[in-house]
Formats: sequence, structure tokens, C-alpha cells
Amino acid sequence: MTDNILIEAKKLTMYFPVTKGIVRQRKVAEIKAVDGVNFFIRQGETLGLVGESGCGKTTLGRCLTRLIHPTSGEVSFEGVKLGEIREEQLRSLRQKMQFIFQDPFDSLDPRMTAAEIVAEPLRVHTRMKAKELKDKIAELLQVVGLDSSMANRYPHEFSGGQRQRLGIARALSIRPKFIVCDEPISALDVSIQAQIINLLEDLQKEFDLTYLFIAHDLSVVRHISHRVAVMYLGKIVEIARRDDLYRFAKHPYTIALLSAVPIPDPRVEATRDRIILKGEIPSPIALPSGCNFHPRCPHCIPLCKREVPPLRQIEQDHWAACHLV
Amino acid sequence: MGPLLQVRDLKTYFYTEAAVVKAVDGISYELKEGETLGLVGESGCGKSVSALSLLRLIPHPPGRIVGGTVLFEGKDLLKMAEDEIQDIRGNRIAMIFQEPMTSLNPVLTIGLQIGEALELHRSLARKEAREEVMRLLKTVGIPDAESRIDDYPHQFSGGMRQRVMIAMALSCNPKLLIADEPTTAVDVTIQAQLLEIIKELTSRLGTAVILITHNLGVVARYVNRMAVMYAGRIVESGPAFEVYGHPRHPYTIGLLASVPRLDQPRKERLVPIHGQPPDLTRLPAGCSFFPRCSYRVEICSQERPALKPVGSDHYAACFADMAESR
Amino acid sequence: MEQNLTKAETKEYSPLWEVFRRLSQRITALIGLIIVLAFLISALLAPLLAPHDPIEHSLGDMLATPSWDYPLGRDELGRCILSRIIYGARISLLIGIMVISIGVLVGVPLGVVSAYYGGKVDFIVQRFVDTMLAFPGILLALTLIAMLGVGLPNVMIAVGISTIPIYARLARSSVLAIKARQFVEASKSIGASDFKIIRQHLLPNSLSPIIVQSTLHMATAILWAAGLGFLGLGVNPPTPEWGAMLNGGRLYIRVASHVATFPGMMIFITVLGFNLLGDGLRDALDPRLKT
Repeated sequence: MTDNILIEAKKLTMYFPVTKGIVRQRKVAEIKAVDGVNFFIRQGETLGLVGESGCGKTTLGRCLTRLIHPTSGEVSFEGVKLGEIREEQLRSLRQKMQFIFQDPFDSLDPRMTAAEIVAEPLRVHTRMKAKELKDKIAELLQVVGLDSSMANRYPHEFSGGQRQRLGIARALSIRPKFIVCDEPISALDVSIQAQIINLLEDLQKEFDLTYLFIAHDLSVVRHISHRVAVMYLGKIVEIARRDDLYRFAKHPYTIALLSAVPIPDPRVEATRDRIILKGEIPSPIALPSGCNFHPRCPHCIPLCKREVPPLRQIEQDHWAACHLV
Repeated sequence: MGPLLQVRDLKTYFYTEAAVVKAVDGISYELKEGETLGLVGESGCGKSVSALSLLRLIPHPPGRIVGGTVLFEGKDLLKMAEDEIQDIRGNRIAMIFQEPMTSLNPVLTIGLQIGEALELHRSLARKEAREEVMRLLKTVGIPDAESRIDDYPHQFSGGMRQRVMIAMALSCNPKLLIADEPTTAVDVTIQAQLLEIIKELTSRLGTAVILITHNLGVVARYVNRMAVMYAGRIVESGPAFEVYGHPRHPYTIGLLASVPRLDQPRKERLVPIHGQPPDLTRLPAGCSFFPRCSYRVEICSQERPALKPVGSDHYAACFADMAESR
Repeated sequence: MEQNLTKAETKEYSPLWEVFRRLSQRITALIGLIIVLAFLISALLAPLLAPHDPIEHSLGDMLATPSWDYPLGRDELGRCILSRIIYGARISLLIGIMVISIGVLVGVPLGVVSAYYGGKVDFIVQRFVDTMLAFPGILLALTLIAMLGVGLPNVMIAVGISTIPIYARLARSSVLAIKARQFVEASKSIGASDFKIIRQHLLPNSLSPIIVQSTLHMATAILWAAGLGFLGLGVNPPTPEWGAMLNGGRLYIRVASHVATFPGMMIFITVLGFNLLGDGLRDALDPRLKT
């Protein structure tokens, strides 16, 4: 079912050059942060994107909203190819794509009040009068669960969870359709994380939002996502409907990743068999040959060292990139 | 034989220009030899400060240990002379930290850094120390130890650096290892590796461990007993099986309920703990969890609850009886 | 939707008041502030404060020692030293403001643009800045004076130009640090234009080091002007300027030391005052000290 696609990426690639030299810089290597990635997200759904450091998920999020320009490949939003439109058109499209950042301390300008922060998108894209703006700000603060009396406070007067709510209010202010949530709860306390997750879910229902939810916490991703993609060293290794991925994972990396997540229950943990992967995550500069995962894979065969496995459809809406599947 | 470590009513305050921050406000616990205790809580609850207090590593000013006793092998660490406690640090009690990059000296090779502890505490000669270091590196699973011994910290990945820290910590066979959020900064697959190494080595050497973390899953797998901290106080403690199976403090209950679990079916909605984390400069009179508690009663706002037994070796600091309310 | 309201319990937070509060906690900073305020009042209200006309000379009373009428005595041309010092503050203030204005108004935009756009622009601007910084300041100033001619305006322009690279460097490093922060990225993702980002986010956040530097620079500018005035390259007589006054009193150090000493002390105190204030501001504006 490929109708109703809101945003789609085809062969999306982002390489960062590593240069040497003082005056004349020459390229000595490339960091293949995102390496030919294909996927789509449907209107109203949440795609969870998981992976460990160096997998490229953060870069991917930024490429989608064009915060950075991909090296090659294309991103289509509502059918419009983002690489082929002009700057002004892109700017107006930005109204529909927003970003929520990871660090609640760093993503808000410390010299602006909460009201100014939340109103910034409105000031950029609309011409609201002062009174209208004030009402809108109060409304937005209420929607994210903050008291409107706090509109004139500065970021450092809020707690981490409250700042994240401000970031969400800012993203919502211009009624976007698509929001990239880049590790929105990783920097928050455990007891606050659930609050923010619930808020994001409520907002999705109320405003018919589509999310790309980037995180490394697999339990949280399972809760909020409809479909999940797993990345390793720049490539998507598995992508499936949520329950299919968590219960019937096919790629060895996904299986190992799920196994590594500790369960908060000693009785369960005592009886669990875990797969402990050997080795370190390789540097994205010096990628292994063939399948990126082969040096750490418990099922590696000679073919894995030679050929890169393509992302293939295994079942309805379940794809994996492994020779052995 | 008495317990290895006995902490009684430890208090550490920070005197800032704004107010007094009661980072640790009277905590007590015990640790037997070879046992692993999990110290659990969110940021600001005082778990790291309490660990640093044990070894008197609190920066002064603005911090100060204002009360309590810490008996290690029968002697009070808080009252020792400076040279006595220096002899204990790194030797009988070792510590590893969250961010290995800042705990390792970037301009010294790791061979020299680990060797330093050996030469200091075990009086090994340079050559013997080097051999011992190599043996340690192999034990913690650093491949190619012979050449890596002369590498600098920045040449290692995060997971490898933590292994170096573990090697350094265990080099003098300490009786107690304090691990302060050792896996928070690394990926989940590396986290699994590191914790397995810590578990294997400490059980082999008979080292007691205090594992400080906010991750409830890590605690479940790797500790025998646990203590839950909130706003500088221990609100619940007991064997891990007991506390997870029958939590008796509203904060513990709330925490366990708000964390999604992979082994259980997906809940429709998460159950968070309402409210904001506590402001340590302005704690309410009475129970510090009162503003966020769903089980509160009148007395909770007036008196501060003490830890009372709620099961075998299981304590909770709460006036409402959780066994009844559930 | 669940609510997590926190009532506004604490009093209103004002950034300006907070800076002042922090400043007043250091005694040295307070001393600096008082000196600077005295300097400013002296400069602005000179006609009201000076007991006599600073230019009116009376050769018959030259080198007169301090008396009730003339509290600091009279100089080599019989002029009232106190009045000349009070009016001299005006000149020093003017020089300081002009010099810093040139430095800030040219240097800061240069640095900001250089840092924000990076790449070739940055490269070219930085090499230009490097070149200017390679010259010892006084050499640069003297060269410019040689080209422009002597006189107060030229002195100000010369010294001002020589401070441009300092502000450019300062602004650049400040902006580079801010550029990497997530709230700048957030602004970009909203679709704000480069200009808006610079104006609304980068500049306000990079102001602190520039303010500190300007305050410290006032001291330097005053010293410069005094130095050049002492060399005879500054103001034209009979304009009262502290450095020129020093020069005038130089010959009479043995017989009438007060003529040179008082202006010298004023230079010292004022420069000290600005330095203390600048140091205090640096600590007070340090974002790491924010709660």
C-alpha cells in the first residue's frame, strides 16, 4: 500500500569529506554518514528510526528537512522534489516540516523569552498582529501543558522537560504536517520521558501529524512508532511494521540490538539469554567490505565479506538487508 | 564478619550563593563483601554525590560533608587523615566514571596511567608493572594489548576507554568498586559488553560493587540489592527481586510503571509521574515526593517519613501503606 | 491533555538587574564602576563642575602650587589644572568613544560575516586581519597619522582603525561558538533568513565578550590618546588633554611636580577604573555562572 505517502527518500546519500592540507585542501577520505537509503513515511504515521552512534540517523533526519544538503539522492515531500525547487519555495515548505531537537538546554536561545521562542516561526512565516500573536502563544503553551503565565520567562527558569515542551510548542506553532523528532527525550529524566511521549502522541492525534522519531531507546520507540527502521553504519538494515520488527526480527543486528536491551525485571533477566556482540562499532571512515555488519555478525559467511546485501522485501511491509534471510 | 561498608546518615550539602543545596540528606545503607548494590535515581537525586562523598572527593568549596559516618572495614573514612584515605583510593576502593575521556589524562599513554596505580599501591617496578598492565588489558578484552599499551586515550573508542578504566580500577584488587553511570555514555550493544566484563571480573575477584545508574534495566540484571534515591534521600531499599516485584514506595511504583518494557505487550498509554523534578534548594517540609504523589495523605506534608521495614530486608520511607493501596 | 503547570512563584527575572547584582558582589568591580561613573559625570557636566575657564591663562601665576582657589594649582601658562583635568575628561571620553565606535562598527560586522559564511570569505578576511595584527599597534597608528596628518580627528581615526582587527577576531570567535548551538539550527529549520538569524540570535549572544573588550579598550584608548598627546601628535594647544598636559609639565618636574603629577594620576586612575570594571563585567556576563 504505497498511497498516502507524505515524505519519501530515494538513494539518499550524505558523505562528509575528510580533508588534509592547509592552503590547498585535498580530500583524503569520506565519512559515509548516510549511504544510499530508501524509505517512505505515510501521512499520519510515526516511523521510528533506531541505531547506535555513527549509524547516521541524526544526519538522515537533517537531510530530510534539508538542514543539510545531501550529497546525492532525492527527498520528496508531498510529491515535490526538495532538491529541484528554489530557495523561496523551500522556505515556504519549511512551514510544513519542523524539527524537535535533542538538547532542551541548547535548542532554545537563552536570551529570548518563552513567548519569543514560540513565536519565532510565526514571525517568520506570517504577519500576525501583536494581539493575535499573544493569544496564539498562550494557546500554544496551553496545548503543550505549560501555564501561559510563564510566557515571559527565560529558558533557564524552566526544567528540562518544560523546555522540551517549549521546543514542541515552537515546532507546532505554524501547523506543520511533518515533524522530525531527533532524540527528543534522551536528555530528560526517566519520569519525565513518559510525559513527553504522551504529549507527542496526543498532539499527533489532535493535529494529524506525521513523525520521524529518531532514538536509541528501543522500548520507547516501540511504544510510539507504527513502523520502525534500524540503521547501521549509514544503511537501513531492516524496516518493518512495529510488531513484526520486535517479534520477528530477521536481521542479525536487529536481533542482537533487541537482545542487548536490559529489561527492568530481575526475574526475566535471570532467565534471559543474551547475544553479546563482539568487537566495536567500526568508524564510518573505514567501512568493512561487503556487508557492514559482517565483522561482528555471528552468522557471517564468505559471501557477506564480498557483496553488499540489498534491502529486500521478505514479507508484506517487512524488508531486511541480509544474504542469509 | 561485619559488612564491608556501612553508611550511616550521610549528609553532603553544597553552599552556593543562591541557597544551600542538600544534595545528600541523610542516607544509610550497608554492603557486604562481594555484594552488588544498585543506587538508582534520576538526575539530581544525589547518587553520584553520595558516591563521591564516600571517598571524600567532594569539591570544597562549595560542597561539604556535614554529617554521618562511613565505616569501611570498620574504620570511618570521613574521619581519616588525608594520607590514610589516599592510600585507600584506587587501592582498596576504586571508582570508574561516566565519561572516560575526562577521567583519563590525554597526554599520557594508558600503559603509564594504569602503571601509575600499580607502582603507587603495589610497589611494582616499572618493568613488572608493564607486564601486569598487559595482563590486565587482556583480561578486559582489549585486542592486541602488546601494541595498544602505548597508545593514547584518544586513540581508543568510547567502549575501549571504559575497559581501560575498568582495568585501572581493578588493577589493585580493590575490595569495593564504585561505578558511577559507567555505561550511560555508550551504545546499548557496548553497554552489554561492559557490564558483562564488570560482572565477570568482580565476581571472580570477589569485589563488592556499588553500581550507580538511572537505567532500571541495568539494575535489574546486575545487582543483588538496590536503593532508590529521590531528592537526596533513600526512599526504598531491598533485594532487587523484592523491590521490582513488590515496590512499596510511590516513587518506585511510578518509575517502574512509566518505563515501557520490551517483554510485555505494548500499553496503550504510558503512565508518567506527574509534576517536575524537585528543586533541591526548596524542598517541601515533610516528604519530598509529596507534590507528585498520587497516594498521599495528610501527614505526608508535615513529617518526613523514615525508612521502615515493609518486608524481609525490604525498607520504604512512606506513610501510606502501599501493600494496602495496591 | 495532562497539565504540568507550575505557577509563577519567583519574582520577575531581568537580565540587566542580574548583571548589576553580580557586578556589585565584587568590591573591585564596584570601585571600577564608581571611577567610571565619576569620569563620565566629569566629562558630561564639565561646564558645571570646573571652577575656572580651562583655557584662560595668566602668565604671572604660572606653576602656582595648590591653593583654595585653585585646588590643584596652575600649570606652566597659569591655567587652572583642576578645570583642565575636568575638561580633559571630555576629550578622553570623546576619543574613547570614537575609537571604539570605529573598531566595533567596522570590526564586528566583518567578524560576524566572516564566521557565519565561512569558506573563502572567512579565509580572505582572516588574512587581512592577520596582516593588520602583524603590525605593532603604535607603528600602525603612527603610519596612519603620517598619512593623514596630525590633529585630534586623525588620531582618533588612526587608533580606531588599529583596533578593527581585534574586534573582528573577537566577533568571529564568538559567532563561531554560537553558530554551533542547536538553537541556531532550530532557527534555520524554521526558515529564518540569514540576516534574521544574525540579528536575532548571533549578535545578542555574542555581545558579552564585545562589551567586556570595549570597556577594557576605553582604558587603552585613553592611554593611547595620552601617549600620542604626550608626543605632540594629538590635540592642538590650548585644548586640555591629559597626555598633552603631561607633556607640558614634563620640563617642570623638578620645580613644580604637581603640573605633571595630577594629569598623570588622572590617567592612571581612569585607566584602572575601566580595567576593573571590564574585569568585573567579564565575570558578571559569564553565561556559565547563570543558574
